[in-house]
Amino acid sequence: MSVEIKVGMADLNVCVSPDRITTLGLGSCVGIALRDPVTKIGGLAHIMLPDSTTIRNNSNIPKFADTGIEELVKQVTRRGANRSRLVAKIAGGAQMFGFNSNSEMVRVGERNVQATKKKLAELRIPILAEDTGKNFGRTVIFYPETGDFVIRAVGKQEYKI
Amino acid sequence: MGEISLDEMSNEYFDVLRELGNIGAGNATTALAQMMQCKVDMAVPKVQLLEFRELGEAMVGEETVMAGIYLGIEGDIKGSIMFLLEKAAAKHLVGKLMGMESEGDEFSEMEFSALKEVGNIITGSYLNSLSSITNLAIYPSVPDLTVDMAGAILSVPAIEFAALGDRMLMIQTQFFDEMVLDGYFILIPDLDSYGRMLTALGITI
Repeated sequence: MSVEIKVGMADLNVCVSPDRITTLGLGSCVGIALRDPVTKIGGLAHIMLPDSTTIRNNSNIPKFADTGIEELVKQVTRRGANRSRLVAKIAGGAQMFGFNSNSEMVRVGERNVQATKKKLAELRIPILAEDTGKNFGRTVIFYPETGDFVIRAVGKQEYKI
Repeated sequence: MGEISLDEMSNEYFDVLRELGNIGAGNATTALAQMMQCKVDMAVPKVQLLEFRELGEAMVGEETVMAGIYLGIEGDIKGSIMFLLEKAAAKHLVGKLMGMESEGDEFSEMEFSALKEVGNIITGSYLNSLSSITNLAIYPSVPDLTVDMAGAILSVPAIEFAALGDRMLMIQTQFFDEMVLDGYFILIPDLDSYGRMLTALGITI
């Protein structure tokens, strides 16, 4: 029997095949799935902000793209994934509202995606697929068995990347 | 002026914020009743200080489709405010306001703008009460409306809270007319504004 592991906002977890791991209703946050295709050990992080170094109170590691991704790498490798084989898929980073009064915060989705890509590049983890930006929320389900990243959105057919 | 932390908030501050939330929600209910020209009752609002991880469970569930109205606020209190309503409840409200049952699953353009107006009035009366209690100037921006998963809509205020700390203040209000309308208010003042609000109410920080 496979189990579904749930990841909340500012949260991350490891998932080993045949289990699957999900996070519901990603908006401007970004979901980062990591996987070692050989051991089929993976994990998912749900980050909220791009950069821990610009925030004074930054002890919540999974909240930020930089520290969250580092921690997820640490946890999946501790579980048995090979660091050099890790690949990533990412989703989220939408702009849910259009108004302009606080433009830096409005564009936080875009900045989260940029920071995620920067961190993954720095760690030399290739991004195999992404579904980011635009203006709608996404639920994601990651299957370490196949590497499928299934995406569900309101009014759309479920699709995978 | 000291700085308020939502992570280490004293009971006194929390009580004050809760009371502001109660009064604001009460005013919003009155505005809603006037707009609908019928009696609208309100249950005592539930005010919670939640960790991000718990957000989904505290609400109806992250994937529930909701209408979210979001406005920026400027003036003595800066930040933003959001009002969330389940889609079915939003359809019901708009249908009643326009004097016809809404058809289909989606909002027409007209319904969409009517809903925006509902949100504008509800959040406006909420902010008005906040402004008159604290005697602070609050200027709301033009509202924006989106219909999507609760989690995705909530991510926007949650991220604003996330820049300040690890918890989010949420006021849940149930309205009743013929049906129960579950509404959520989320007021997101920046940290300086918390201080100003409490100071204005005579509380020393």
